[in-house]
Amino acid sequence: MSANNPLLNVERLSVCYGKVEAVRQVSLAIGEGQIVSVIGPNGAGKTTLLGALMGLLPAEGEVAYLGKTLQRHHGVAQRVGQGLNLVPESRELFSPMSVEDNLLLGAFSRHRQGHRDHGLTLAEVFDLFPRLKERRRQAAGTMSGGERQMLAMGRALMAKPKLLMLDEPSLGLAPRVIGEIFRIITELRATGVSILLVEQNARAALKCSDYGYVLENGEVALQGPAAELADDPKVIETYLGRKSAAPAPAAAALAG
Amino acid sequence: MKRTLLTPLALVAGLALVAPQVLPEYYVTLANYIGLYSLVALGMVLLTGIGGLTSFGQAAFVGIGAYATAVLSTSYGLSPWLGLLAGLLITGGIALLLGVLTLRLSGHYLPIGTLAWGLSLFYLFGNLPNLGGFGGISNLPNIALFGWTIDSSADFSLAIWALVAAAIWLIGNLLDSREGRAIRALKGGTVMAEAMGVNTARSKLAIFVVAALLAALSGWLYAHLQRFVNPTPFSITMGIEYLFMIVLGGAASLGGALFGAALVTVLKQWLQDLLPHVFGQGGNFETIFFGALIILCLQYARDGLWPLLAARLPQRRRAAAELEVPVEAAALPRREALPANQPLLQAEGLVKRFGGLVANNNMGLTVNSGEITALIGPNGAGKSTLFNLLTGLLPLTSGEIRFRGERIDGLSSRRIARLGVSRTFQHVRLLPQMSVLENVALGAHMRGESGLLCASLHLEREEEARLLAEAARQIERVGLKEHLFDAAGSLPLGKQRIVEIARALSSDPYLLLLDEPAAGLRHLEKQALAELLGKLREEGMGVLLVEHDMDFVMGMADQVVVMEFGQKLAEGLPQQIQDDPAVLAAYLGGVE
Amino acid sequence: MDFAILTFLAQDGLTTGAIYALIALAIVLVFAVTRVILVCQGDFVAFSALTLATLQAGEVPGTLWLLLGGAALVCAKDIVTAVRRRHAARIPLHLLTHLSLPLLLWALLGNLDLANLHGALKVLLTLAIVIPLGPIFYRLVYQPAAQASVLLLLILSVALHSMLVGLGLWLFGAEGFRTLPFTDSSFMLGDAMIGGQNLLVIGIALLLIVALYLFFGHSLYGKALRATAFNRNGAQLVGIPTELAGSSAFFLAALIGACSGILIGPITTLYYDSGFLISLKGFVAAIIGGLASYPLAAGGAFLVGLIESFASFWASAYKEVIVFTLVIPVLLWLSLTTHHVEEEH
Repeated sequence: MSANNPLLNVERLSVCYGKVEAVRQVSLAIGEGQIVSVIGPNGAGKTTLLGALMGLLPAEGEVAYLGKTLQRHHGVAQRVGQGLNLVPESRELFSPMSVEDNLLLGAFSRHRQGHRDHGLTLAEVFDLFPRLKERRRQAAGTMSGGERQMLAMGRALMAKPKLLMLDEPSLGLAPRVIGEIFRIITELRATGVSILLVEQNARAALKCSDYGYVLENGEVALQGPAAELADDPKVIETYLGRKSAAPAPAAAALAG
Repeated sequence: MKRTLLTPLALVAGLALVAPQVLPEYYVTLANYIGLYSLVALGMVLLTGIGGLTSFGQAAFVGIGAYATAVLSTSYGLSPWLGLLAGLLITGGIALLLGVLTLRLSGHYLPIGTLAWGLSLFYLFGNLPNLGGFGGISNLPNIALFGWTIDSSADFSLAIWALVAAAIWLIGNLLDSREGRAIRALKGGTVMAEAMGVNTARSKLAIFVVAALLAALSGWLYAHLQRFVNPTPFSITMGIEYLFMIVLGGAASLGGALFGAALVTVLKQWLQDLLPHVFGQGGNFETIFFGALIILCLQYARDGLWPLLAARLPQRRRAAAELEVPVEAAALPRREALPANQPLLQAEGLVKRFGGLVANNNMGLTVNSGEITALIGPNGAGKSTLFNLLTGLLPLTSGEIRFRGERIDGLSSRRIARLGVSRTFQHVRLLPQMSVLENVALGAHMRGESGLLCASLHLEREEEARLLAEAARQIERVGLKEHLFDAAGSLPLGKQRIVEIARALSSDPYLLLLDEPAAGLRHLEKQALAELLGKLREEGMGVLLVEHDMDFVMGMADQVVVMEFGQKLAEGLPQQIQDDPAVLAAYLGGVE
Repeated sequence: MDFAILTFLAQDGLTTGAIYALIALAIVLVFAVTRVILVCQGDFVAFSALTLATLQAGEVPGTLWLLLGGAALVCAKDIVTAVRRRHAARIPLHLLTHLSLPLLLWALLGNLDLANLHGALKVLLTLAIVIPLGPIFYRLVYQPAAQASVLLLLILSVALHSMLVGLGLWLFGAEGFRTLPFTDSSFMLGDAMIGGQNLLVIGIALLLIVALYLFFGHSLYGKALRATAFNRNGAQLVGIPTELAGSSAFFLAALIGACSGILIGPITTLYYDSGFLISLKGFVAAIIGGLASYPLAAGGAFLVGLIESFASFWASAYKEVIVFTLVIPVLLWLSLTTHHVEEEH
């Protein structure tokens, strides 16, 4: 990793569920203004990693953010207050509330810190997602999958994050919407937000990233500049398995 | 289970026989009250600690038992035994009604329902004209049993503790049986139990009624011990005190009930003597003390004090007899075998919407007997939703599912399980405290039929032996023989998944649905699992597999179905799928 | 039954119904935000009425000692945490935030001439003593077990309630009290007499409900509380600390309880243990709303008040029985209309 002064620096992070180690000795770094991808198959521990960074799960290891060590007792709210925001895989919207209320609540942490510029931020978010502006009075629960993802991202942006962590932003979305989401991710970088992107959609993720990590069974299996990873055949193997695997007898019989 | 029952039973018997002869009257009376409270607390342990339900209305049930016999034996001059019968019948009826009303709702409606109900019954006791008002009913006759009149403290001690011992024996027997396993499964959520064919609503109702009947029994004894009844001991305050007993003692064990009843009774006596000396008269200081004690107990020792105490007692080694599984028991009857490569499960046009989201859209697949079908697809493709639709956990928006030609969409997961569909869960749903053997035996629930009464009296030992033998066979088959008696929760996650497979197998299914069985397994364990699945395929079982380990899937499956955006993307032989560019794009993402 | 009795019973029922509506709202609110079934909601009512009655008698109310003790315990907990996390610098801040109000009240009550204090000031003092108890109870009793099941939280509630009953007897004695009425005025409507006090209670209760409605609908903090009720994880992720939401919900519950106590004090004689029945009637109303709907719960509360009032006329001995048996048909209706959903943890 080339960044001299990383925004987030993770050293040997491990997370356990009971006896099972879901994330094992993971080290990674994100520099200011960078997009870093963590890709890997289902169950590799990507979501767990984000949960630990956000303070939702207890973890071992060292996490330094903005040059300071994050302690175990630094709760989620405290991390949000420092500009660390997560858009989770499950979106976690306030379904019965309107789109606008969902967005305004995104600014809750800043409101508590005494900022009162939510109107301006809201306008910026609406510029980025015009669709949300059209639907500002609608209940969040009635929106489609793509709109929910936009709302979840918009809500996180209302907190003016320094580091935005996105968990599977393309999950369950149609290709056209995925393209839109990744276009916005690239735009965000231009406004100075650093992004940690967790994705299964490896090609799209690596295409817009600076650097990438491949997580497998809770460990970093591969890492490197995104462009190099994108062409690495080993990445495909971690997803779809080795071709050399012996076919099942019945399958072989049918095939023959 | 059997041996752990012996200690409390011996203790109880010793107390009942010896104590009244050597102790002063005061202590015998105290012990009698402890016994009466223990009866109620034992029911509460079954209900709360084991079944995960609770009631504040147990004191009201005690009241019904007491008032029924008081009215019948004084106003009508009938035998106390008829009073007992009437008390049990009324209590049982009311418990059934309340249970039917509240048990279908979320967990907190039962306690609130019983709170309101306990309160209104208290006022009824005080106001109904023939119940003697708040002054009560006095001069109850003594209980006579074959010429033995129970009238002294010592007599009551014998009667009360004999009944406590009987209750411990019956409940202990019940818990160590097929029905008991179903009851113990309630706490782990109803989804798993229903998928194993357990009628959870019936199990919940059963323990609520049993707990109420034990309370009524205690009330009957209480009325004749006091020879006087008035509403006060049946108030909601007392109902709360019963709950406190098991929370302090330990809600999950029968020993906790006895310990809690004794602790609260003795402490209360002691505090009522002591505290006014410290704080002056005119307070109800023991309630402050108990309230604080309960709060601290729930914050720092959630399982109560008995387990803490029991852990300090010298541990006995498990007796060898206990570790024996009756392998020689006759095998359970099996379903008739099916010809291979016939369609077992056929799903067509399945649609599932959640609000604005379409999780499954016109999805369809077929699973044949004697074949392994793998369902793969990126995260969020709708595989879990499909699994839940197929097993009846979620209702379809539209579409059709057939199992062996019969429509099964719209059936409950329990009915589907009974037809011969068994499953494992992506997030392991075992009962961590129970042994591997008992967990797997739960899978064979549908293959037994003896009821609660049989189980409580242990009249179903032959059937039980056959069920356990079947469970043991399946455990051996999946290669976990050495873990037979280990607590399921102590196994690594990968092995827990295998335990789930054994549990599913012991229901003798035609079709096995496995949700990520290879996750968390080491290389050799994966090979063993592949071998097992291969054997099952040879036996003609149909297997539907959701799995992310592609080496495993491509090596095992006869047929692969790929899902994306809730729809079928591709279907075919493993090699065809691996070479399909659309599948590759679905996994790695399309490049636009 | 003539018109005069009818209107008397109706206004009596509506008045208590208004109080039950407030209680039910507080119960639904606390349950939605924290999953706690607040059995001691009624104890706030009783304690506030008794505190005001003691102040009106010119004496220092026992709830002051409860407040001082509770605040000291919370403060001690925070200091222990601060020491463990090596934040010794925060200790003065903890002392200041937790202890300044209780100590100020102590000083005031010790030095003021309570007998000749203006009535409105006594009401203010009562509010200042009772309301902080809500967040204190949350911090001491519930927060350490915030992850526990609904059932366990309910048992905690019952334990707290039984502690409070014991404390109530100790602090206020077994005697019942009534506070001074705010107004003695009344006027005739046809043949029926309408009590000014009743109108005042209903009016203020409605005002409070409207204020709560505005708070939840239009302020960011109100929305944050609602958001926590809808989605706890989502609320955490926008930076609403679970602890803040819990404390706020308990603050509002205590505020509602304290106001209810002040309103109902002149109409009903309250004892140290009257809170339980008040809570339970609020529950019956809250259950009518399925523990989720505020308007249904409020409607249910007026129904409970009216039924109680008419029942006490026709069958006074069975008044409570009738009110609590009302739960059965409601549960039946709920159980027939609710599709059981597994509670995932």
